[in-house]
Parts: sequence; C-alpha cells; structure tokens
Amino acid sequence: MKRFHGTFVFALAAGLTFGSVAVAAAQQTAAPAAPPVKLGIVSFLSGPAASPFGVPGRNGAEIVIEALNSGKAPAPYDKVGLAGSKIEIKWVDEAGSTAQVVTEFRNLVQRDQVDAVVGYISSGSCLAVTPVAEELKALTVYFDCGTPRIFEEKPRKYVFRPSSHATKDSTGAARYLLAKKKDITLFSGINQNYAWGQDSWKDFVGAMGVLAPKAKVDKELMPKLFQGEYGAEISTLLTSKSQALHSSFWDGDLESFIIQSGARGLQKRMPFIGTTAESSIGRLRDKMPDGTIIGARGPHGPLAPDNALNKWFRSIYMDRYGTAPTYPSYQMALSILGLKVAWEKAAAKKGGAKPTTDEVVAAFEGIEYDSPSGNVKMALGGGHQGIQATAYGTYRFNKQKNEPEVIDVIRFNAECVNPPSDKTSEEWIKAGMPGAKC
Amino acid sequence: MRMGSTVLGALAFAALAAIAPLLPPWLISLATIAFANALVVLGLIILWRTGLVPFGQALFYAIGAYAVALIGRYTPIRDVFFVVFVGAVAAGIVAYLIGFLLARYREIFFAMLSLAMSMILYGILVKTETLGSTDGFHVEAGSFLGWRPQGGTRNLAIFWLVLAYCAIAAWLVAYYFRSVAGSLTHPIRDNEIRVEFLGVSVDRLIHLKLVVSGVLAGIGGALAALAVQHVDPAMSYWTTSGGFVFVTILAGAGSVAAAFVGSLLFELVRSIAVTLVPGEWQMILGTALLLTILFLPEGLGSLVSRLRQRWRRGTAP
Repeated sequence: MKRFHGTFVFALAAGLTFGSVAVAAAQQTAAPAAPPVKLGIVSFLSGPAASPFGVPGRNGAEIVIEALNSGKAPAPYDKVGLAGSKIEIKWVDEAGSTAQVVTEFRNLVQRDQVDAVVGYISSGSCLAVTPVAEELKALTVYFDCGTPRIFEEKPRKYVFRPSSHATKDSTGAARYLLAKKKDITLFSGINQNYAWGQDSWKDFVGAMGVLAPKAKVDKELMPKLFQGEYGAEISTLLTSKSQALHSSFWDGDLESFIIQSGARGLQKRMPFIGTTAESSIGRLRDKMPDGTIIGARGPHGPLAPDNALNKWFRSIYMDRYGTAPTYPSYQMALSILGLKVAWEKAAAKKGGAKPTTDEVVAAFEGIEYDSPSGNVKMALGGGHQGIQATAYGTYRFNKQKNEPEVIDVIRFNAECVNPPSDKTSEEWIKAGMPGAKC
Repeated sequence: MRMGSTVLGALAFAALAAIAPLLPPWLISLATIAFANALVVLGLIILWRTGLVPFGQALFYAIGAYAVALIGRYTPIRDVFFVVFVGAVAAGIVAYLIGFLLARYREIFFAMLSLAMSMILYGILVKTETLGSTDGFHVEAGSFLGWRPQGGTRNLAIFWLVLAYCAIAAWLVAYYFRSVAGSLTHPIRDNEIRVEFLGVSVDRLIHLKLVVSGVLAGIGGALAALAVQHVDPAMSYWTTSGGFVFVTILAGAGSVAAAFVGSLLFELVRSIAVTLVPGEWQMILGTALLLTILFLPEGLGSLVSRLRQRWRRGTAP
C-alpha cells in the first residue's frame, strides 16, 4: 500500500514538472525609465489556450509596447509610452483555477501597484475579475474574452473592453453565409459543449432565424470540449443534406475536425463556417479545404483593413516572430492603443501630468479611435464596450505562392452586426435585430 | 503534550486573527483561499492515513461552492453561517450516498472511482447553460448575522470567518484522530483483516471517513466561493483534486497543523513562482514537490516531529 502511494505521488510530480516544460516563452521586461507606467498583462502562457490565443496575445502586447516605448509607432501613436512615460510590463499567466486568477489580479493591483491591468482570454476569468476590479477601483481592460454578459448584467465603472464581444461573430457569419448562398434551406452546426460553443450556436441560429426564416436547422451537434475524435459526428453529418456547417471550434479541436472530415469529403457536401478558423490557417495550410468560410472574431489578421496601422503592426510582428499575427494579437494591440488614447486624453487635460485612475476612466468612456483592425467605437455598456465592423471571407490555398489566402471578403458595419446600446445581445436577436444598419 | 498542541493551535489562530488588519490586503486574500483549501486537505489527510488517495475531492468542494452560489442566485438568504452550513450538509449527503460504492474500493480503484465521480459533476455543470456552463456565475456577497461589510472590510471578515471554521475543524479532527475510530486509520492501512478481527467493520469506518472528509471539502468550497465571489465547473475538474493531493503530499499526513502550513506555503510558492517566471511557474511547483518527496517523504509536518525527536534525545538523561 505504501508503494502505491509512492508511485502515485511520483507520477503526479513528474506530470506537473514535465507538463510545464512543453510551454516555453521568452520572458522580457521593458527597461524602466523615469516615472514609468506599470501595466499588468494577463494572458494564457501555459495550458491548452496558450498556443492559439495566449502567446499571440502576449506577443502582440510585447511588440506594441516596445514600439510605443521607443516612440516608433506611427501617428497618432508616436508619443513615447503613455503620454511620455515608458510602460513597464508585469506578465501574469491566466492558467489555473478561477480562485488563482482572482488572487493574482489582487496581487497585481494591491501588491505590485500596477496602474492598469490588460488581459484575460477566458470569459470565466473576465466574469470573476469584474467585481474585484470594481471593488479595488482598478482600471482593467479585457482584450479577448467574448461573453456579452460582462456589461449586460450590470453597468461597470472601472472595466473596459475595446474588442467587440462575441455576438458579431455569429451575426456576421449568418450574414456572410446568406450573401453567398441566398437560397439556403438547411444548415447544421457542430460546437463544443461549453459556454463559448453554446452561446455561438444560439446566436447563429437566432440570426439565421431572423435573416432567413425559411432555413431550418438539421443536425445540432455538441461534442465535449477537447474531444479530438469526431468519427461519429462526421458520420452523422454525412447523412445530412445541410448546405452549410457552422462551427466555433478553435485550435486543436478545429484542426482535428478539419483533417478528419476532410479525409471523408464532408466539406465537398457542405462548406464549413469557422468563426475562429483564422487562428489556425497558418498551421493547416493546404489541409484547410478551399471554400471554407473564415472568421477571425472581427476584422483581424487577413481580414483586417488595408491601412497604414495594419501594415506597420503586421510588419513589426512578422519581423520579430516570423509568423503573421492572428486575431488575439490584433485584439491585444487595439486594447493597448485604446488605453493609450484614453490615458493621453486624460493627461492632456492635466497639462501632461500623470492622470489618476478615475480621470483615465472618465476619458476612456465612449472614445473612438483607429487600430490595426480599423475603427473602434466604445459604444455599448455606457461607453465601456467597444464595437467594430466585422469581416468574413472564403479560404483558398494559393499553390503558386505556397501560402493561404482569404478571398471574397465582405465587411459588415459595426452597427450591422452589433446590438444597439439599449438592448442586450439576446434581446436584440430575439426582437429580429431591429435598427441594424448594413 | 496533547493539551499543549491544542493550546498552541488555538494561540496560533488567535494570533493570526489579531494581526490580520495589519497585513497587506493581497496577503489576506491569498491566505483566505489557502486556509479554505486547507480544510479540504484536512479531509484528505483523514483518508490518506488509511492509505486512500481520493482523486476526486473536488466533487465535494464544488458542491459546497455551488450550494452557496445557488442559494444566492435563487433565494434572498445571504447569511454566511447559514449558506456555509447548507454547503457542508449538501457535500455530506453526496459523500454519504456515493460512500456506499466508494467505501468498498481501495488503492488505485478508489482513486479512479472518486475521480470519475467528480468528473460526472463537471460534465453536468458544463452542460448546464442556465448556470453559465464553463463561464460560471457570480456569488452574491454574504452578510454576517445582518452585518454587510464592503470592500476591504469584507475581505477581512471573510478571512476571520475562514479562520474560525479552520480552528474548529482542526480541533475536531485532532480530537477524532485520538478517538478509537481515528486511531484505527494506520491499522487499516497496514492490515485490514486484522482490524476486521477486532470486530470493526472497515467499510463502515471508511464510509464515515469519507463523509467527514466530504463535509470538510464542502465547507472549504463554500468558503472559497464566498471569498472569490465566483463559481465555475473547473472547481470540480480533476486538476483541482490534483491540487489538493499536491498540497497533502507537501504537508504530509502526519499532523493537523501541517495542512494549514502546507496550504499557505503552497499558495505563497505558487504566487511567487507566477511573479518570477510567468510562463514556467508550474516548473517551480513541480520541482518543489519532487524535492519534498525525495528529502521529506512524510511531508513538511515531519520536520516538526524530527526536530522534536532530536530534542527529546538531546535532553534525555
């Protein structure tokens, strides 16, 4: 019996140790300068969400903050750091229990005395951190988490999210699908059975119900998260006459599903609509079937507008990391730039002195600014939740150039795919998306 | 000596409660979580001494937490003493029911079956969209017999509440270890048949231990939910159970006090590791665990008994 303990314990220890070896990310902190601004940046640096979201987000922060600190970013972001003060980064890993995430947030604010926290990918983290940020009166900017609940449950004062929430991913997908296939009568969905998958599917079905009342849902598949093996689901789908397949799969599950269903020719029967598929095209390359409808949770990555800021961001990112930035990097960049705009607006009012948290908060509400993924308007949740246009496109692997391409890109106005400020996402879709300006 | 450790423990808890307002607030929130988790570890120690490693203690932890959260969501009751009591009872009932099955298994079978039970709850919670699925939901702030503290005072009040529960639990568990049922733990581990011949039903004894440890984990979960103000299904995921097993190894099953010291140390090491190496903090934790196993196989608690032995040998005539 004793030996049993020993072996068990040893296996656990070995698992914990070597499990972390798999995750490697170079850690660097910006050089401190006279009165620096301290930013806590939280992202998944380990665990399954690290490689698709956490590390691209972290890299986006690193590269943008470096450029800001050296004053090399293009106008209007060419002032050093935040209003002349260099930014000092404190990195924190989002992996771990919610209790851990909340404890580390408190540590950042109370122990490390950061001036603001930028971060969080999991919607669960954002929901748990929000009341704590309000309690501690700590300026907090979420960059990736998607749940609309944060500003729809209650008005918030210290919490901001410039990246738009998840509703536009589903309404945008429905609008793109209908623009490409007007006469669709039957569609199916495969989504992971957890909050993100459930919400994505619910919004997509709701939007389809409004825009194409004749189209019916056929198969509604909800495999569990990280299932990885989809033989049964693919067999079910192969019996369906659906004309499209909606999915909010990401990373490992997305790649497994695409490869397994590709082998059985599923996409020849029904095109796949991947609302987050953009983050995987760099790895799937020619295994992603041509004709797949690609989303990037907004106008990010290859769907980003062709403007000077995007060119600048893309080139500095490619130079440093050797790969193209994916949507979490864009979301991080626009969140930091939003904070910079608000900070500098507050500082300008004080003649360049360091603004207080309350002054930055007041300056942040309702601003509008440009980012590498286009215009951001802090329009919802009393000026705390940003909205952006969104874009969807069709995938094609360019064999001559040996690189992935997204063609037939259609852009949808922010007001076309996002709810208005006086309605929650769910109410708005249920009411038939009134006031959508397309 | 025994009377001595009770007094010493009571003094330690009283001293902690007294200096709490002077400590930095981040340390208070860290210690609150650490001590709430220590209650779960205390329950684990009870089973551990019998040679059982429960790999699904997060089941009871999550039930305690969700009980508190659900009361806040669907009823106007906010009193912390009442909600923690409900959390403990709910976890106790579940422990009693699944105990009929679990108490018949030992070793890896016990570990895996308990793991399976917690993963069933995880699966159910993830599929429940009304409870926010994996996102979880907010836990309403509690009131203390009508007193509703806010902000920093609230955190301090929760910390005192956790300390109070810990002190009572520590005293009761120490008392239990000295009772006949409690003293039979090591014999069960060493030779079950012999214990049966003493006229004691081993299965019933293990069933009792399961309920006690379930109640402790339920209280821990309920307190953690009040402190964090958010619950999510990850509370019942196997990594949460693994975390408790980790702390138990670190602390050792030798003494009651070790559960609290070990849990606090674990949270501190983790927090420092996250600060020092944000991407590879698990590496530091893993190394700490390996070193503990190699050099202190009986856990941190054994340091005290080793010192005590040395001191006794030194002073012996």
